[in-house]
Amino acid sequence: MHILVNGDSREVRAADLAAALEELGYGGAVIATAVNGQFVPMGNRPTARLNEGDELEVLAPMQGG
Amino acid sequence: MLRLYEAELRSRLLLGTARYPSPAVLTEAVRAAGAEIVTVSLRREAGGERAGQGFWSIVQSLVRDLGVRVLPNTAGCHSVKEAVTTAHMGREVFGTSWVKLEVIGEDETLQPDVFGLIEAARILLSEGFEVFPYTTEDLIVAERLLEAGCRVLMPWGSPIGSGRGLNNLFGLKALRARFAEVAMVIDAGIGVPSHAAQALELGFDAVLINTAVSQARDPIAMAAAFAQAVAAGRAAYLAGPMEPRDLAAPSTPLIGQAFLK
Repeated sequence: MHILVNGDSREVRAADLAAALEELGYGGAVIATAVNGQFVPMGNRPTARLNEGDELEVLAPMQGG
Repeated sequence: MLRLYEAELRSRLLLGTARYPSPAVLTEAVRAAGAEIVTVSLRREAGGERAGQGFWSIVQSLVRDLGVRVLPNTAGCHSVKEAVTTAHMGREVFGTSWVKLEVIGEDETLQPDVFGLIEAARILLSEGFEVFPYTTEDLIVAERLLEAGCRVLMPWGSPIGSGRGLNNLFGLKALRARFAEVAMVIDAGIGVPSHAAQALELGFDAVLINTAVSQARDPIAMAAAFAQAVAAGRAAYLAGPMEPRDLAAPSTPLIGQAFLK
């Protein structure tokens, strides 16, 4: 299915968020996730189902003021 | 000691981590500043990319080697929903309930949207966050933030990154006087150490500096200069500065002056 990952259209086979993150190359990375604007805690990723057209945000630590 | 929520801190200089020439310079600037709190953020990361992971290892070494605490921000958020979601994401990644809450209202000045700020603060405080709101010097906004449960305020000196110092001295003095017992950190707009010293002399509890250090020709030396200015400003505040006056007052006694005409 197609989903938007950080604004870019991507094709993923995985049906849940945890598997999709592995598939997209985020395995082991320190990240936080939100789907369609809703925060998805790390513990909920394996049970968070993804649907066609979902908007996934993947954020990582960054310098800030 | 400076108390921010339950944390007791010796340093009154908080340092941002953005726009340094290199990670090594950032680390040495934190050390030179003697900072015990550094601000951090979250940004999009592409799969397979490791920019964020590289910064994560720097954060971990700052925490481990220098004992700093991290204060995640919600920089760039323009709505309550964005800011609240970003705060949750920051809490998970950085493992802290602290959040420097920014709800930006206007892009040219990066002025806080104080209406959204109050709403977001209420939500986050009810969800167990310890909120450090980036606000203006407005007294009523401050009152609402304190009513919501904020125990620290972060009024701006002047627009973020402008380096213009304390733009509204009258307003900031009024804020300091009105809420004398509340911890206040001047955030944004400080350009040179004398601005920081002035903030501490006025009784503000601390300052948060980023661009003025990271964009200096020598950020490490500038971090040390800010540390000295903050210490001097605090010492001066405790010593009780004299009241300014409009006309001269001779410092040398007139009594006993020779009559030589």
